Amino acid sequence: MAVAAEAPRIALAQAAAERRFLLGRRLLASPAMIVIGVFGILPLLIMFIYSFLVAATYGGVEWSFTTEAYVSFLFQRDIFDDTLQFVPDYLQIYLRTFVLAGFTTVASLIVGFPTAYFMATRPPSQRNFWVFLITLPFWTNLLIRTYAIQLIIRDEGLVNDLLRAIGLIDQPIHILYTNFAIMLGLLYSFLPFMVLPLYTSLEKLDFRLVEAGFDLYATRGRVLRRIVIPLAKPGIIAGCILVFIPALGAYVTPLILGGGKQHMIGSLIATQFGTSRNWPFGCAQAFILMAIVLLALLVYVRSTTGKSRVAHG
Amino acid sequence: MVDAVAVEARNVSKVFGTGADAVRALDGVSVTIRENEFFTLLGPSGCGKTTLLRLTAGFELPTAGEILLEGQHVEHLPPYQRPVNTVFQSYALFPHMTVAQNIAFGLEMRNVPRSDIDATVNEMLGLVKMSGLGGRRPSQLSGGQQQRVALARALANHPKVLLLDEPLSALDLKLRQGMRTELKALQKRTGITFIFVTHDQEEALTMSDRIAVMSQGKIQQLGAPLEIYEQPVNRFVADFIGDTNFVTATIDGRAGDYVRCRCGGGLDLLANPIGGTAPGATVTLAVRPEKILLKPGALGTIAQTVYVGTDTNYEVRLGDGSRINVRMQNAADGHAQFTVGDGVVIEVPDGAARMLQD
Amino acid sequence: MAEQALSAAQVLDRAAGRRGRRFDLKRQPGFGVVALLCVAMLYAPILIVVGFAFNDSPSVTRWSSFSLAWFEKVLANGDIHNAARNTLVIASCATIIATLIATAAALATTRSRAWPGQTTVYTFINLPLVVPEIVTAVATASFFALLAQQVGISFGIGNLILTHSVFCIPFAYLPIRARLEDMDLTLEQAAADLYATPWQAFRRVTLPLLTPGISSGAALAFIISFDDFTITQLVAGAGQTTLPLYIWGQLHKVGVTPEVNAISAILLVVSILFVSLSFLVGRRR
Repeated sequence: MAVAAEAPRIALAQAAAERRFLLGRRLLASPAMIVIGVFGILPLLIMFIYSFLVAATYGGVEWSFTTEAYVSFLFQRDIFDDTLQFVPDYLQIYLRTFVLAGFTTVASLIVGFPTAYFMATRPPSQRNFWVFLITLPFWTNLLIRTYAIQLIIRDEGLVNDLLRAIGLIDQPIHILYTNFAIMLGLLYSFLPFMVLPLYTSLEKLDFRLVEAGFDLYATRGRVLRRIVIPLAKPGIIAGCILVFIPALGAYVTPLILGGGKQHMIGSLIATQFGTSRNWPFGCAQAFILMAIVLLALLVYVRSTTGKSRVAHG
Repeated sequence: MVDAVAVEARNVSKVFGTGADAVRALDGVSVTIRENEFFTLLGPSGCGKTTLLRLTAGFELPTAGEILLEGQHVEHLPPYQRPVNTVFQSYALFPHMTVAQNIAFGLEMRNVPRSDIDATVNEMLGLVKMSGLGGRRPSQLSGGQQQRVALARALANHPKVLLLDEPLSALDLKLRQGMRTELKALQKRTGITFIFVTHDQEEALTMSDRIAVMSQGKIQQLGAPLEIYEQPVNRFVADFIGDTNFVTATIDGRAGDYVRCRCGGGLDLLANPIGGTAPGATVTLAVRPEKILLKPGALGTIAQTVYVGTDTNYEVRLGDGSRINVRMQNAADGHAQFTVGDGVVIEVPDGAARMLQD
Repeated sequence: MAEQALSAAQVLDRAAGRRGRRFDLKRQPGFGVVALLCVAMLYAPILIVVGFAFNDSPSVTRWSSFSLAWFEKVLANGDIHNAARNTLVIASCATIIATLIATAAALATTRSRAWPGQTTVYTFINLPLVVPEIVTAVATASFFALLAQQVGISFGIGNLILTHSVFCIPFAYLPIRARLEDMDLTLEQAAADLYATPWQAFRRVTLPLLTPGISSGAALAFIISFDDFTITQLVAGAGQTTLPLYIWGQLHKVGVTPEVNAISAILLVVSILFVSLSFLVGRRR
């Protein structure tokens, strides 16, 4: 008797609650979707479209379709007989970018691992302070920090002054505007990105395993190599990704420390919107860069979601 | 005069999840709770007692069934439209408000005039013995004090029914025992129907007017504490409440109001019958350890003794290897009446053994 | 393998440490030094800029004496006033917009079962973090150029504000989301139990408890906008110089001067203050 009456009442209430839930959530998320969609994603599409247009003389584009931007990445048209000649210049820049990013990753791992380990082995009350200390530089202006590096490494800079003062050298060492300078700048910018994931991983380390290692007559070096580092592997991988991928897109560092002579992909793109006035080419390069970055991320995400299902440790 | 019905659940079911992972937390539960009653839902974790409470409060919608408050259907209403209030296990005091603001919250939501709110808050503070502490923040209170504030916050709204979700479980023993008496007194004084959820059977027995023992989404037995304790209907209830001996026996025949049963090891007793009493049938009997008397004899031997202060628990081994637990009060000087190795006979008073339906 | 088997006494000796200190199983030799060097390296440039801003002589690397002269010059500089005003207007507006949006997005995406479309929202919100800044700069510049030329719409400084808002959203989102996830769900249930409608529960319970997260997120968003250079450089129109752009302009025209040091020092200190604020507020109970 009551069964027939009560079922619709509950069902109605449940359906209404479900509708309210979905509507509420979607409504709350919509400002983000709209703003990011219109002013974040739509511009990327426009950029993609622009890469297929013709460069206008004083910057900007002319609305006619061409693949010239992508072609000129690898080839140059001979002005006389219109044949294509392979031009390695841009590929060199890409190669330099990858190599610099790679070296930066390795260097940041070498410096970052001991730092993260040290932080993770501080008493718990101190750790938050260390995390804050390492993260703080990230939040300051990159432009300022990078030119400050210039102050340090340039010919009349602090390093050279110091070395001359203590008599180690007579002539200044030319550090600025070299690949090394760029790498130094990249290392400086991205070090916190390596330290923090490593720290997170190491903080969770069960030091009873280390204790067991010592109990089994291992030296400190062995314990480090065979116990600590393998267990910190997720952090190491995360750190490498967090350094390598953004380093590929670095702009300010090669701009200031490369001096316009040593380009990375980022600074190359920027010149297309400044002196070179080749917007479509810049857009094409930007698109290729973004594609590389997204692809690398996708590969990383796919590989980690697989791994996380495997029992670890 | 029969008390009016405060809460009624009709055939309530609740299923969580879908498909293979579905969990049937409540399975067609029907129960009637009277006004002015201290009603307890008792059972182990996962038995459905908290689910039933949450369905009454409105935090979940039932999958099927109805819930009525004073005759009105409420199973489809959100919590803020039901005249019930809850005391949460974690107290759920608003950390950014003072004690007084916490207590006043429900009244403010219902647009009670400010002067009335202040008066009620003071009244409630007095009721839970926290007068003068209205300006404190929850983080400055002890566990026991937080619990009182949670109580006051709920009671301030003069609900028809107060739901209490294991409110004493976070307190230490002495505090818990003290709060039991206070809660009972509070219920009597305010006349509000209390629905109390706990897994602690001692709590249930000391505080309740009626207890619903639950297991696996169903009510196993419903009755007053005495009834639940003395007359458990099935193995679960007998086992969950207090200590019980489960004895397998064969029916020998009737003996007046009782049934004569033959147990292993030469033990004969007269049991309370349930249902069919065909001679030769095998039944399970439940006997409470404290009902059994030991006297020197040769039926069995003491295998183990455990001193528990006022009493001693004896484990008696019978001839066929079966064991029976017996609890007897110690002598006036505190010493146990028997020691390991003593020979004893077991005396079970007529009717103290109960047959279980299973 | 190359090592010989150690006797028990040797093991104990090693364990006791050469200087007889109590054995700290966590210690790795040299790691502390590297850590301190790392910190020194991270802070050296900042300290140098700030330090030499107080330098009396025009040299940026040779110290002569303490002086506030450069700060006086900076504070009197009209161009800097202009740039500062632009920076503050953009950062404030972008912060407000980004924080409101991020709060709503955090409320939509946390503390509930997964709903269809939720992952798309995550992707959108995290997008600015993933895409390289130079790419965003190029894309945005193209977008507004298109808007101005073909459709004839330009929001003036609003272009920059909207652009900044987009990449500030994830920075505001993360602390708010963290705070929200930490919050006890039963508190809102208790509010509902005490006759609060969902809106009342939000206003009286959720929002007050969320405020530290919102403040923390807003501070971070402000700093991200305040410090932005790459994107602003490509998107800014005439007369829309911000402080980072001004510094860049000076660097290009006259190189590093003490004046540049001074204004840079101010920017660095502002960043540090805001981040510290965000950190402290976010940790308050």
